[in-house]
Amino acid sequence: MHRLRSGDDIAYVITLTCALTILALTALLVFELYKNSAVPRHQFGWSFLVTSTWDPVTGEFGALPFIYGTVVTSGLALFLGIPLGVGAAIFLAELAPAKISNALTFLIELLAAVPSVIFGLLGIFVLVPALIALEPVIRGVLGWTPLFSGPFYGVSMLSAGVVLSVMIIPFIISISREVIRAVPTEQREGALALGATKWETTWDVVIPFARTGIMGSIFLALARSLGETMAVTMVIGNDPAIHASLFAPGYSIAAVIANEFAEATGDLYLGSLIELGLVLFGLTIIINGLARVLVLSTTKKGAS
Amino acid sequence: MTRRIFIVNAALATVLTMGVASAQEVLINAAGATFPYPMYSKWFDEYHKKTNAQINYASIGSGGGIAQVTAGTVDFGASDGPMTDEQIKAFQDKRGMAILHFPTVLGAVVPTYNIPGVAGSLNFTGEALAGIYLGKITKWNDPELTKANPGVKLPGSNIVVVHRSDGSGTTYIWTDYLSKISKEWETRVGKATSVKWPVGLGGKGNEGVSGSVQQTANSIGYVELIYAIQNKMTYGKVKNAAGDFIQASLAGVTAAAAGATMPDDFRVSITNAPGKTAYPISSFTWLLIPAKIADPAKKKAITGFLSWMLTDGQKMTAALSYAPLPNAVVTKEMKAIAKIQ
Repeated sequence: MHRLRSGDDIAYVITLTCALTILALTALLVFELYKNSAVPRHQFGWSFLVTSTWDPVTGEFGALPFIYGTVVTSGLALFLGIPLGVGAAIFLAELAPAKISNALTFLIELLAAVPSVIFGLLGIFVLVPALIALEPVIRGVLGWTPLFSGPFYGVSMLSAGVVLSVMIIPFIISISREVIRAVPTEQREGALALGATKWETTWDVVIPFARTGIMGSIFLALARSLGETMAVTMVIGNDPAIHASLFAPGYSIAAVIANEFAEATGDLYLGSLIELGLVLFGLTIIINGLARVLVLSTTKKGAS
Repeated sequence: MTRRIFIVNAALATVLTMGVASAQEVLINAAGATFPYPMYSKWFDEYHKKTNAQINYASIGSGGGIAQVTAGTVDFGASDGPMTDEQIKAFQDKRGMAILHFPTVLGAVVPTYNIPGVAGSLNFTGEALAGIYLGKITKWNDPELTKANPGVKLPGSNIVVVHRSDGSGTTYIWTDYLSKISKEWETRVGKATSVKWPVGLGGKGNEGVSGSVQQTANSIGYVELIYAIQNKMTYGKVKNAAGDFIQASLAGVTAAAAGATMPDDFRVSITNAPGKTAYPISSFTWLLIPAKIADPAKKKAITGFLSWMLTDGQKMTAALSYAPLPNAVVTKEMKAIAKIQ
């Protein structure tokens, strides 16, 4: 056996073990999800992904409404969260005086540590009534689109998207601020020396330099919003149907698993919930993969 | 995977309690329904003070309780709905013995609503509730509702329907009742802890449903009677099989239990039970005890607990807003304890 001589070797072995453990855990997770969803996979096959009936009484299970709800609410959260989060990060890193920046960053990081059930409660008792009050305004401005049509009861995909955006903004701000601050001062000095204004320096030099890190923060935010359970189920309305309108209730994958797992009986029902877990895993990989391809292509364009 | 989780749970519970248990203590693990958990917790605590038996109860839900007792990872289970014939057969196949049902207390489910301008308790017929939850009665001034509520001015606004989103015994009792009232409900939706709702928004837990109802004008939902009593909510009267509108109360629930014919295996639904004072949306909750308990110390502790629960234990129910068992059921259960071998 190879003798461990130096500290380097020991560190190598220890960190390698750590890395392999993570890999093994992920593999085990996928394996268990796959194995335990055998019954519905055999019974429904691929149609599980494209049918939208979810009936525990008759034993018909389809994942489409949950996939739809998960993608729509996470998409809405990113749509609202990215501009706000990145904007705030630019202000805190580049423009705000250090004292204010540090104080605000501390508060924002506290926000990231708030348990999701608290966000859910705030959603029910503060956000939903506020959205009900705002509804005529939203309808007046955007009511002509199918996205804001139909009756509005407060709990809806819109509410879930807004709550999620509040939950992911701290991640985007906190990480983006760090990576923007890490951009070498020479980059800024160079741009300023060439006659760029402060804003031109920030927008054309600093942000492109930090782009990969900012995208990283968005991936983390996306992962959190795809998997968020408690806060979403409290405000989404929990209706497994596909509606175009964001005013309508919906359902997400994580929410239905949390809601129904404890009382589910029978291999088919339990297996279907586990298969939903597998679907969420796959969905996360696909969305992350697509986003990475997108980043890669823009980075190449930027370099050439 | 579920079974593995259960084993870990059971092992954890054992490890956690080993520290405090003295040598003669009998440790018993149980798991199941969440609805009777406050009552069970009180009972197990009181029983532990009297005897050397310590019963650890994990309130993981009825489905989990049935799965765990079938897998043999707990000594007994608990459920808000009786086990189905298939579940009993699965238990028989796996464990080579029968499973016995013992009713412990009773629960009820009440309709709650929020209609601006309407105060006080509304009358609901079973047909009205089934129609609303099927999406066929869509306005508060529907004849089915106005007929039952003479003198009340019901608005012509749309009804917003709220139901439970999480699987629960409450939903089981509610859908069991609607299945008995409406043929269409029985064939289109059926009864279960989670169903495919024809209409409505889902709220998580009693608090989720009551929260949605309170915040949404012209809405209707259903919650456990205990939850409604403890939160001083207004709830509707429901027409029973005898034709009277009954405001749910602990006495009305016990009356429903007394009116039902009890089969020997205690698996009985008492929704829409006969009896003039019976509240129609009521149900037993059950302990699920294996018919053979190999360890004599455990057997003694479990049978001892059952007879204590049926006598002294029943006196503690009212303090926690649970409805006690009627005397006839207690007598019948006392005899059934002898079936445990």
